[in-house]
Amino acid sequence: MKPISIAIAALISVILSNPLLADSLLITNAQLFVGDDRKALPRDILIVDGIVDAVAEDLSVAEADKVLNADGRTVTPTLFAGITAAGLSEIGMVYEAVDSRLSDLYTGLMHPEFDVRRAYNPHSTVIPVTRIEGFGYTLLMAAPGDRTISGQGSLVRFDDGFDSFEGKTVVYVNVDGGSGNRLGGSRAAHWMLLESAFQELGTDDEDLTLISAAGKQALRATAQHGIFVFRANRASDILQSLAFSKTHKLTAVISGGQEAWMVREALADAGVPVVLNALDNLPGSFDGLGARLDNAALLHTAGVTVLFTSGETHNARKLRQVVGNAIAQGFPYESAMAAMTSLPAEIFGGRPRMIAPGLAADLVIWGGDPFDVNSAADQVILDGQLDPMTSRQTQLLQRYLPVEAGLGRAYINP
Amino acid sequence: MHKLLSLTLLFTIAGGAMAQDEAFPSTYAAPTAEPTLLQNATLLTGDGRRLENTSLLLANGVIAWVGEGEVPPETTIVDASERWITPGLIDVHSHLGVYPSPGVAAHSDGNEATAPVTAEVWAEHSIWPQDPGFTRALAGGVTAMQILPGSANLFGGRGVTIKNVPSLSYQAMKFPDAPHGLKMACGENPKRVYGNRNQSPSTRMGNVAAYRSAWIRAQRYQADWDRYNRAIADAANDDAADSNASMADALLANTPPKRDLELETLAGALRGDILVHMHCYRADEMLTILDMAKEFGYRVGTFHHGVEAYKVADTLAENGVCGALWADWWGFKIEAYDGIQENIALVDRPDDGCAIVHSDSDEGIQRLNQEAAKAMVRGNRAGLDIPPERAIRWITSNAAKSLGIDDVTGTIAPGMMADVVIWNQDPFSVYAKPLGVYIDGVLRYEPGNPALNPQSDFELGQLMGVAQ
Repeated sequence: MKPISIAIAALISVILSNPLLADSLLITNAQLFVGDDRKALPRDILIVDGIVDAVAEDLSVAEADKVLNADGRTVTPTLFAGITAAGLSEIGMVYEAVDSRLSDLYTGLMHPEFDVRRAYNPHSTVIPVTRIEGFGYTLLMAAPGDRTISGQGSLVRFDDGFDSFEGKTVVYVNVDGGSGNRLGGSRAAHWMLLESAFQELGTDDEDLTLISAAGKQALRATAQHGIFVFRANRASDILQSLAFSKTHKLTAVISGGQEAWMVREALADAGVPVVLNALDNLPGSFDGLGARLDNAALLHTAGVTVLFTSGETHNARKLRQVVGNAIAQGFPYESAMAAMTSLPAEIFGGRPRMIAPGLAADLVIWGGDPFDVNSAADQVILDGQLDPMTSRQTQLLQRYLPVEAGLGRAYINP
Repeated sequence: MHKLLSLTLLFTIAGGAMAQDEAFPSTYAAPTAEPTLLQNATLLTGDGRRLENTSLLLANGVIAWVGEGEVPPETTIVDASERWITPGLIDVHSHLGVYPSPGVAAHSDGNEATAPVTAEVWAEHSIWPQDPGFTRALAGGVTAMQILPGSANLFGGRGVTIKNVPSLSYQAMKFPDAPHGLKMACGENPKRVYGNRNQSPSTRMGNVAAYRSAWIRAQRYQADWDRYNRAIADAANDDAADSNASMADALLANTPPKRDLELETLAGALRGDILVHMHCYRADEMLTILDMAKEFGYRVGTFHHGVEAYKVADTLAENGVCGALWADWWGFKIEAYDGIQENIALVDRPDDGCAIVHSDSDEGIQRLNQEAAKAMVRGNRAGLDIPPERAIRWITSNAAKSLGIDDVTGTIAPGMMADVVIWNQDPFSVYAKPLGVYIDGVLRYEPGNPALNPQSDFELGQLMGVAQ
């Protein structure tokens, strides 16, 4: 009754010598991308107690309780799912099940202290749906609400933990035309409010008008140790974000960046990364008249660090396709591999996401090219443990795949 | 003589309610093009076949032959060895032009969300032909599409099928002789839009009651016209010598029913002249709609979105209903909670299954081949054996069937419109790109060739001074 599991199990030959002591796993014959921008190499990977113990060309099968033959398939670290509300949004339009944004609050203040991590639910169905597609972590977003500053989040690992947060605090700032229109009537209003708020940071004035004491503390801490993600698409907005970050000594990342290619030298000089959706090629608004498919490739050639996001939460798994399209438009394959594995962790301060001795064994065995649409993840491994590769969706499939249903589908319980 | 003329005129007007499709006619005419020979390609014909190392000739706007045949003088010869050729892609669900880019409020022309039944509106009257999205879709190999009203209303209005040719007017894009579509919507959207205003419908039962009330009015309207037309036709068939006199009597004795734009559309759907396109997510709602169609004697042509279509795939196939679906969208609302990536493959599985990959997106329409590839791999991993020649039907012939244009496009066969795409490789890959898009034998798009990269008026003169 479980054709999927059987099919996948058949693809992966697992030899169990002693399941009770199965604390070591050897993956043989991998075409291994270790997580940086090097080409794949044929490697075996030994994992002991969830940690990568050795990576070499020919490791002895005798060393492991369990051996998994990758049979020449591609193996990578688990992928970055982009900036999402995974664990914050169970169903997009069921607003009581969405916890990623702050709006309609009775105060007029900006609230950088609004922390979506407090609302994170590791049991959301979105997480296994995303994880079994090869994604191991995401950057939790504070979605644009009705304030210039949306709030804060951080990286989180898809390991079912309640507090699997990693890395630095990330504060989200909106400086685009769309949100400016809703706030103060202009994107210039965003800059006015931001400048005033950051001036208040420099004073000990208790009588704050734009941010609370907690907000002031959050901004100060983020300015010192955290990251500001500016949502900006228009070239001029990106340059303003760079200038503001320089003045206030902030570590900045641009999100959106549809016209980033126009100011790529400035971005490269400032060392500011861009998180973009490589499918953006339409002038969806007057902020994105310059949106083009080779944005990522142009930025890369100019020396700008590029990360990818799909703009989706439920369908965050689409990010593999997004990246594939960037590659089809000239973004180097190996750089895409780094941008989807270790780089986001490095930029946002998470645990290293390489496949190397001493690091957590979070990896994926792929049924094909991870960035092509005709492939899928065969096996996800977190902390050296084989993921059961099930989600609410695989269970729905198992219920409806059989042609005969007997007493009814309700009796087919995967 | 005068009298006869006016009688003829009157008769024409009387028949007018049944001939409303002549309003806003297509003015599309393909420019003449020299014959083109596409040589030695891998062909996915669109009707389930794959032909290796095969040539085809495009001439006079149609596919002249596939395989071997005569090559006229002055034929352009294209070496397509190592290339793949498919029929032009068709998207049955697009809002290009009615929700164009840039998406400013004044461009929001897709939902006449002022009443739950607006069968009288026609999407074509909202189309902005300068939407840059049309050119992007062309670069993705899309040669025809249906533009639909949105789903705020139970009856959203008429959809129109167009050729993807950059034009000043929608009339010049309108697919010749294609039937109109009627956009209907199930579920959350109508009841939310009107329920939030404390109007009917605010529930799913309210939705169904309102559909049925509208169909009852349409049946009555149709009966009124049938009675009238029969009286006039009977008079015309009377004793031939006296036909003018009896016709005059008949016209005097029978007042034609007043034309009603809303009911014209609904009656057209009841008669089958207008194809029903039903936005519906949940399996149970699709079954309700199929029962309603039986009650009123019409056919549901295609369920759109249908994230739960896999649960009723057999019923859809038995009823000859297509499912126009996404490869992987889910969870954006609760009626989309049960979406699975095998949906399309499972709807394709029954013998008469009619699965279609649709976009409903200005991004997705640019990559229908990639969307189909995702659905194909999920089907194959679930143990269904779906080769590319089968999957291509989802974005070509099945889509053409849904739109009622499968007799002229959607497959590569002699006599069909020369709507074809040359791909650099197997199209079911993220790395596949159209190298040439032909519509009625005219090369309309070629990457890297400035003469064949159309741009909308809107994009001209933007970003001046930006170094490219």
